[in-house]
Amino acid sequence: MKIYINGSINEFKGKKITARELVMQLNLDGKRFAIEKNGEIIPKNNLDEIYFNNGDNIEIIGAVGGG
Amino acid sequence: MEDKTLNINDKLIIAGHSFNSRLLIGTGKYNNFKETRSAIDASESEIVTVAIRRINLGQSSDEPSLLDFLPPNEFTYLPNTAGCYTSEEAIRTLRLARELLDGHNLVKLEVLGDPDTLYPNVIETINAAKILIADGFDVMVYTSDDPIIAKQLEDIGCCAIMPLASLIGSGMGILNPWNLEIIIENANVPVIVDAGVGTASDAAIAMELGCDGVLMNTAIALATDPVLMASAMKKAIESGREAFLAGRMAKKPYSASPSSPIDDLIR
Repeated sequence: MKIYINGSINEFKGKKITARELVMQLNLDGKRFAIEKNGEIIPKNNLDEIYFNNGDNIEIIGAVGGG
Repeated sequence: MEDKTLNINDKLIIAGHSFNSRLLIGTGKYNNFKETRSAIDASESEIVTVAIRRINLGQSSDEPSLLDFLPPNEFTYLPNTAGCYTSEEAIRTLRLARELLDGHNLVKLEVLGDPDTLYPNVIETINAAKILIADGFDVMVYTSDDPIIAKQLEDIGCCAIMPLASLIGSGMGILNPWNLEIIIENANVPVIVDAGVGTASDAAIAMELGCDGVLMNTAIALATDPVLMASAMKKAIESGREAFLAGRMAKKPYSASPSSPIDDLIR
């Protein structure tokens, strides 16, 4: 299946993946981030309950320097 | 004798939060995170703005981030909406920021109208502010120096009004002190000059006018020595504040007044 992550296509095995599994695969575990799935924010404590499927649009954001 | 110098009672209060420093600092444009941290330490600022962006997924997981150098438990983070040109983009950005920062709801709203001048779109700003306030955010709002818009932003519930002194990143200083004075005179929430300060005297002038604080980024980050400039800005903010509290002498155009006695001159 293909998932859009921050605008880029990413391929994953299987038909679905939990938000937690995606976070682990992207080496984001322990980092500070926030995730949106198709425009909806996924609360931190729901990472195990939310599944990503083919075609989903995921945004993963963090804080950077800015004025 | 009462100590009237900057004392522990002269706090900046924003949405119920109390701050000793009236200098708010942006974290962009520094050479590296260590320099960012050193400058902020020298400024003694307590509030730092951050931008919200897509995480770089190519980044190795042990690479340091801004938050490693500025731990959120040491500073009050002010996530901004820099780069947003519609109310929808700004609202989406700040809702993500709230999730990112564990429910933190004090934010800096800015909705831009033009990529060349970065001048604010005040209509989109007002629309976004209404929705964010209804959603529980404490909104500090970047705006033009239009006193009517400033008052409207206060009336809809913004917790601080942040007019520009001149264009973002321009370093042109306080171009319209008269409008700032009208905004300050009419406001019942803190007025914080946001954008345009170039050097320490600009910050002092803003504070002498009666501003409650100054938010700056480029003036420090792009100084030849950012850490020294951060220290200069701290002193300028404090001296400007003291001068405002002290109450300046009246200006007397075209009439000199000697400081020495006019009697008993030696003839």
